[in-house]
Amino acid sequence: MIKKTPARKAFLICNAIFLVFLCIITLYPILFVLFASFSDPGLMMKHTGLLLKPEGFSLEAYRAVMQNPNVWRGYGNTLFVVLIGTFLSLMTTAMAAYALSRRSMATRRFFMLLIIFTMMFSGGLIPLFLVVRDIGLYNTRWSLILPVMVNATNLTIMRTSFQELPVSLEESAKIDGANDLVIFARICLPLCKATMAVMCLYYGVAYWNSWFQASIYLRRRELFPLQLILREILIMNDTSSMDGGSVGDQEMIGETIKYATIIISTLPILVLYPFLQKYFVKGVMIGAVKG
Amino acid sequence: MPVKETRTSKKSLMQRIRRELVVNRYNFLLLAPVLLYYILFHYWPMYGAQIAFRDYSPAKGILSSPWVGFQYFQQFFTSYYFGRLIVNTVKLSVFNLLWGFPAPVLLALLLNEVTHQGFKRVVQTITYLPHFISLVVICGIILDFTKLDGVVNQLIALFGGEPISFMLSPQWFRTVYISTSIWQEIGWGSIIYLSTISSIPQDLYEAAEMDGAGRILQTIHITLPGITPTITVLLILRVGRLMSLGYEKVLLLYNESTYETADIISTYVYRRGILNAEYSFSAAVGLFNSVINLFLVVAVNYISGKVSENSLW
Repeated sequence: MIKKTPARKAFLICNAIFLVFLCIITLYPILFVLFASFSDPGLMMKHTGLLLKPEGFSLEAYRAVMQNPNVWRGYGNTLFVVLIGTFLSLMTTAMAAYALSRRSMATRRFFMLLIIFTMMFSGGLIPLFLVVRDIGLYNTRWSLILPVMVNATNLTIMRTSFQELPVSLEESAKIDGANDLVIFARICLPLCKATMAVMCLYYGVAYWNSWFQASIYLRRRELFPLQLILREILIMNDTSSMDGGSVGDQEMIGETIKYATIIISTLPILVLYPFLQKYFVKGVMIGAVKG
Repeated sequence: MPVKETRTSKKSLMQRIRRELVVNRYNFLLLAPVLLYYILFHYWPMYGAQIAFRDYSPAKGILSSPWVGFQYFQQFFTSYYFGRLIVNTVKLSVFNLLWGFPAPVLLALLLNEVTHQGFKRVVQTITYLPHFISLVVICGIILDFTKLDGVVNQLIALFGGEPISFMLSPQWFRTVYISTSIWQEIGWGSIIYLSTISSIPQDLYEAAEMDGAGRILQTIHITLPGITPTITVLLILRVGRLMSLGYEKVLLLYNESTYETADIISTYVYRRGILNAEYSFSAAVGLFNSVINLFLVVAVNYISGKVSENSLW
């Protein structure tokens, strides 16, 4: 036990105050956006300073966002990319991680080196862009999935946890006549559900949040993922796709529309996060222990 | 079980390769998709990077495009923006590292001192959250809060100050960029340090206690050395991405008024290459960037290996 001297007590109190302050700064921007999104547009424009609750109450902003077809198409495209992308990423990464974790693979170090090298050197953005175009992925949603399908860090984490599987299991399965494919599917995967779940989350969040690939590979607006639509609205200040009525209304609503859009697009994360948080943390641990 | 060969040195390379392929045929099958991915999207672009040395035109293809050697590199080195780009990239990366790297470590150390587990968990849950919010949303919030009549300026006015046009002022760009990066990543970044700290044997602390060491000394002599390997590895990895780190955020936050401090090598490559289709020139700039990155990783790793015992390889 650490002696509770007055100095120590003072430190602990200051520490607690600081941490509470940190929590407030972390949460408040999100709370502000939440309150502002439910506020009356007119009152919002006149309001100055911090918000402790919505100014007036209005669902105008949400109505405008809900009626914007781009937002819903964006959601659909993002869901497509997230579901298919996460599945493909998970499968391919797991398969490779398994193969590279087998002691029978004498060349596994060689391949790991090839993969790790790509974390330190790349041909650059333009050569990659040209490759994606030459393959024919330009202007398709597959350009949002295939070029980023495998993450070397995730691969390493999975490989580490696959290495932990008891050798005896593998050996007895081999004696029973199982080959590596069977061992992978029937033994490794079922035993590593936790790791798979974590990787699923990591890849899923990455796909959900990505926007840059879409900005360089997509030209057709119907294919734009949610983040790209958001970029138009939030960064490029283009709310023209929203129907807000008259021009004057448009400007007033413009503010609260942005806030409502943020909430609508971040809602899945905000809602799922508390439940999934411990899985995210576990993922870091798995990688860290052997890392 | 087949008897292990004791005369492997007598086998030719071809025979060893055949053996490897046969014994591990299913493993190679499993490995194939990822291998294909890396060849296609990482190694083929490395081959394609040679357009930096050619006058590339899509119509002619890579090999038929005339070879121009270092022409585009020279064009870059002598260009008006070269100095500015290097300075901006280095300054942004170095300052981001300087302020952003220690922050999670400090948070981990502070969280480690919290005795109430419930409070600790709540703080952790809350501070991890920003990491998962998309960059577009974060930058949207930043731009909104820092505009002339935005919340930040309203608060400044309340305290009697003059409103500042943050995102249009070159001198503010780095500050906003770095402080918001810390805001977003400090919680998530502390996880790995916390988990390392928790694996330090408790009796070390008890022994130090008995020798009369206060908490501060304990932290310096036990906790910090305990997380030094982790810090080193993460630092090396971070330095390796020094020249290309965070260009997505710059792209979202910058504008022509702030190019002076905000424009970095990667964003320049984006504008000249993707928007302007100057493929060879921007490929040259990008290649220059990648080579510097590689050099940095190797150098930092080497230095770290000499100074302490920690290095990546």
